[in-house]
Amino acid sequence: MSARRDPSPLARTSAAFLIIALACLAFADIAITTVDPWRELGLLLAGVVTPDFYSTDSLGLAIAYTLAFALLGVALANIVGFGLALVFHSRIVRVGCAFVRAIHELFWALIFLQMFGLSPLTGILAIAIPYAGIIAKVYAEILEEADQRPLSAVPVGAGRASVFLFVRLPDAWAHFRTYSMYRLECGLRSSAVLGFIGLPTIGFHLESAFKQGQYSDVSALLILFYLVIATMRIWMKKPLLPVYLVGAAIILPWGAAFSLSNITRFLTHDIVPYPLRAGGDNMMEAFGDWLSLLLFDQALPGTVATIQLTMIALVATGFLTMVFFPLISPLLLGRAARTGGHVFLVVARSTPEYILAFILLNLWGPSMLPAIIALSLHNAAIIGHLIGRYTETIKLRPDAVKGINRYFYEVVPRIYPPMLALLFYRWEVIMRETAILGILGIATLGFYVDSAFADLRFDRALFLILITAMLNICVDAISRAVRSRLRLQTTLEQR
Amino acid sequence: MPLLELRDESAGYNGTQILHGLSLTIEPGERIALVGESGAGKSTLLRLFYQRLGAAAALMPQDSALVQALTVFHNVYMGRLHQRSVWRNLRNLLLPASGDVEEVRQVLAPLRLEDKLFSGVGQLSGGEYQRTALARALYHTGSVIVADEPVSSVDEHQAREILETMNAQKETVILAMHDRALAIEFADRLIGIKGGRVVLDRKSAGMVPGDLDDLYRNGLE
Repeated sequence: MSARRDPSPLARTSAAFLIIALACLAFADIAITTVDPWRELGLLLAGVVTPDFYSTDSLGLAIAYTLAFALLGVALANIVGFGLALVFHSRIVRVGCAFVRAIHELFWALIFLQMFGLSPLTGILAIAIPYAGIIAKVYAEILEEADQRPLSAVPVGAGRASVFLFVRLPDAWAHFRTYSMYRLECGLRSSAVLGFIGLPTIGFHLESAFKQGQYSDVSALLILFYLVIATMRIWMKKPLLPVYLVGAAIILPWGAAFSLSNITRFLTHDIVPYPLRAGGDNMMEAFGDWLSLLLFDQALPGTVATIQLTMIALVATGFLTMVFFPLISPLLLGRAARTGGHVFLVVARSTPEYILAFILLNLWGPSMLPAIIALSLHNAAIIGHLIGRYTETIKLRPDAVKGINRYFYEVVPRIYPPMLALLFYRWEVIMRETAILGILGIATLGFYVDSAFADLRFDRALFLILITAMLNICVDAISRAVRSRLRLQTTLEQR
Repeated sequence: MPLLELRDESAGYNGTQILHGLSLTIEPGERIALVGESGAGKSTLLRLFYQRLGAAAALMPQDSALVQALTVFHNVYMGRLHQRSVWRNLRNLLLPASGDVEEVRQVLAPLRLEDKLFSGVGQLSGGEYQRTALARALYHTGSVIVADEPVSSVDEHQAREILETMNAQKETVILAMHDRALAIEFADRLIGIKGGRVVLDRKSAGMVPGDLDDLYRNGLE
């Protein structure tokens, strides 16, 4: 009788997710529909190697606006998020933060666009509100994990505020700063993407350059954007921060006035479900029709497509990560090859999924394929970077095997659990982004939200955004349950 | 009037009672050392003393408990955190006031830490680290010091220096010590703990380390 070996919970969970993803893929539309996708790709690549920095004079301004929105949005989010982190033990604050961060920056931007038009306030708030929700949660966790031992030596009778300032804050401060830098990088990506809905950031110029086939301009814009992100640690210095913030506030085009009546009308009239607004004898009946139409014709297919695409992208991200992390791992590659790997990963993680998906969609036509590639490429570059860095801390014995055997026997068994932890941590991020990609024409929830905004049916748009938020909160809860069942942990540095 | 009086009390940690039947009186001016095996409950008894004494006592915990991200000045200044307004504390955190710096400097000078005033505590040696924790307790205005293994990570020379300073600057000293010879030398009263009870409470005068052997012996003979 042979001994049978039970698969580990990690292997079983991985297999389950793989099967779900394959089932989703079987029903997914991944056809390339453009007549000659490769010719267009060739033109794009030709543009990439011939960047044109002088074609538009607004290039510098576009970068400046992108920076300005990100700086002001992240600064505001930091202040509000820090305040909320102090009262994060309150249930209302926790639920409120979970709710605002479940709604993507672009959805917030679409909402504020109706209230403030193209005023800078739209862009700043669209970044600041969801980021404040995220920052509050992370800062609260940092404060909780800070060294508690010095509390014992505090003199009896010291005030709470003083104890907080001297004991809890100093240790957390360094973590706050590191995390703020990471948030600013995210903020720059968000700010760039806000251009796609009309704000004057680089996304705006990217879209028009792309539509006109001016790939050299596209290339110049992206190269400048990568440079800004890659040099962030050089130009982002504490004493310069006030200068940057004041500068950002000054250069933004505040001219566009917004009317209070617009805002009031949107909040008290436009977003109220139409049948309730119209009233009449058969109001409840009409409301039922409104609800069932939205639920069954839009929310349901949108949710199904969002979940389907998320699951495929999640598993694809996992696979790509296993390919990407060796590119920068000293255990597996030499110094020269790793330099190339670093450049590739920086570019892949600095390009927002939305921009990647936009480019691929234009090359290949509307299907789930561009979205799958964009989501998995971007997220695998982020996780692959963290895992690659993690392998630097692994010490192998001097006679360890080399090459592909080392990868499978020495490295993968060590990095698989932390890789899964990060992957599940990003599950919610991937889903939020999946919903948003609908704006580009893939039939996820964002597609229905965007159509509702385009038709000026704000009541429908808001209802669908709420559904999206609920979906994100559910996935976040499932992800947390899976991670705690598999005992997977992410550390502070990996958020 | 005694500083502290316990009558048949128990003490514990995280909800479990470790010590029972505690009856003790501590008078001002006493120098007391708690002795006993590690795990016998010395820290638990110290914590009980510290809780009863309140703001009259400065605590020097076993792990020193300095705030890693702050300088020596800030860590020592914390000894009077409870006597200053929040605004003064905030001000000193960002931009130390010269008057307060001078006060802290005077505490640091005899401990040979003057030149470390604005060093981060992360860069200190083991001895400097423990002396900084002592400076914080000395800067505290209470007349009592409660110290848990205050000389655990320094050589004997530095240990004597720390214990002498303590005895010289605080009216009442309560220590937990595993070094029997130092305990007998620097304390005038020893309290021995074993099996959850106080089994020894006497003047240290005339004792030799061997007299404490019973405290460290297994009860299975």
